[in-house]
Amino acid sequence: MAIKLITVSGPPSSGKTSVIIKMIESLPHLKDRCGVIKFDCLSALDEEQYTKNGIVAQTGLAGNLCPDHYFVSNIEACFVWAREKNFEVLVTESAGLCNRCAPHLKEVLAVCILDNLSGINTPLKTGPMVKMADVVVVTKSDLVSQAEREVFRFKIQQVNSKCKVLFINGITGQGADRLAKLVVNANDFETSENLKLRFSMPAALCSYCLGETRVGEDFQIGLNRKIKL
Amino acid sequence: MEQKRTDQSIGILLDKFPMVSDFLASFNLKLEDDSLTFVEIVTGLPSSFFEDQATDAQQLLELFDEFMIGLNETQIVQSIESLEVLAGIDKSGKPEKCSIKLIPGEITCIVGPTGSGKSRLLADIEWLANKDTPTGRTVLINGDSPDDSRIAQMGGKLIAQITQNMNFVLDMSVIEFLRMHAQSHFMMNVDEVVEEVIKLANDLSGEPFQPETPVTFLSGGQSRALMIADVACIGQAPIVLIDEIENAGVNKKKSLDLLVKKDKIVLMATHDPLLILLADKRVVIKNGGMHKVIETNPVEREFYSELEQLDNKLQLTKDYFRYGNELKAIGEIY
Repeated sequence: MAIKLITVSGPPSSGKTSVIIKMIESLPHLKDRCGVIKFDCLSALDEEQYTKNGIVAQTGLAGNLCPDHYFVSNIEACFVWAREKNFEVLVTESAGLCNRCAPHLKEVLAVCILDNLSGINTPLKTGPMVKMADVVVVTKSDLVSQAEREVFRFKIQQVNSKCKVLFINGITGQGADRLAKLVVNANDFETSENLKLRFSMPAALCSYCLGETRVGEDFQIGLNRKIKL
Repeated sequence: MEQKRTDQSIGILLDKFPMVSDFLASFNLKLEDDSLTFVEIVTGLPSSFFEDQATDAQQLLELFDEFMIGLNETQIVQSIESLEVLAGIDKSGKPEKCSIKLIPGEITCIVGPTGSGKSRLLADIEWLANKDTPTGRTVLINGDSPDDSRIAQMGGKLIAQITQNMNFVLDMSVIEFLRMHAQSHFMMNVDEVVEEVIKLANDLSGEPFQPETPVTFLSGGQSRALMIADVACIGQAPIVLIDEIENAGVNKKKSLDLLVKKDKIVLMATHDPLLILLADKRVVIKNGGMHKVIETNPVEREFYSELEQLDNKLQLTKDYFRYGNELKAIGEIY
């Protein structure tokens, strides 16, 4: 059975979990046919929130690995899990931590969630998560002025002119049905083979990746770059 | 067909569209020679640049093209002659009793208790519902069901909202902020428009602020006044929704006059009888459905003047005590 895969990303506390829950709730019966996998670094309390809302969820903790690398190396296993559970929709949620990567895969519906309160340059600063997304969801926009919403939308379209911009209220769920509609029309996949990242992950192969803690030239082995001041 | 934008030198583009500099900044591109075209700049980039940005020349050029097309599209002024919401079903699944038609320069109130479905009606309009929302309503623009390209162009940009719990959150002065907003709509006469907005806002709130005031420092009334003036003059949305601003500290009548004068379709969710009677008509929402449309009749208009006098008296009384007076005899205030 084919599974619709949705990758959701966004800065911490932007409202990813709330939006996903409201999106799932806005479609009748989706709850029983959908699973969520939350990728995080150290701790994730979101699984509880999903369970509380009757949504099947699992957490993947990257620990001391880069969470985006961890995501790519585990997406196949997630796919197998979803298949075993007979899910029609699999949503992955990941917090973009260094803003350098994006978990978005080619052909897979890519959603990025941004917080309207987080400053006007957030779309520019958030990097490939926004640039490579098909849908950019803006949360908390009920708290700011119309002008700020318009400017925020404009800033998003500056870095990603093709994306759809949706304003969703994560508390009331207003607007979540639009996202649900896009999810229903998303591509589905028989297997996770042939999936490809939209954006390459960074080369991060220096001594600090391997656990070095001491500061100083002598301890820096591998790929390094020096700041130009 | 005008000359392809990307064939012009980056200096000229920057001049015409200051927003191009944001695009360059987002790719960390620093300009050394602004007489080059974007294509020439990209061709001259070292391979390490593409590694850092994890992109390639072709992709970058495509993105720039899209960006410029995007700029062009946002310039299209969105004007509509009429907007209709055709009846769907209410919360119990029964057919709605009526449809509504909205035209520019007209004020329509949405009345009904909290939770009756006012927001859903607005959401249906915002997303140009086409029997694809829980209410099964259809939205027509200029008498037609909008096609996909129209939806893509207008979707989410139809309604400007002003509500009681909105605040300015940006760390900018009023003048900087308005300039940025005007530029994002590619207005040509930015300074003129900004000046007009500040003047109007000061007129609406009656407590003037300086252009250099940070937007976050404005009082509730000043903020609301600025939002209304901004939506009227800079915002491109043809429909303006005002949600319960009765206590906002702005001159309601002047605010509505301004929006009407700017040919906006004004929708108001309110419980204030003064605002309800100022409107041309009101749609009553019951159990999630449009129940009936009432045109404000001559009796109501006459009653409005009476209400207005009452309101003025109340206002005078409020001011009387606010400014520290003591009432010694009835009739001292008005």
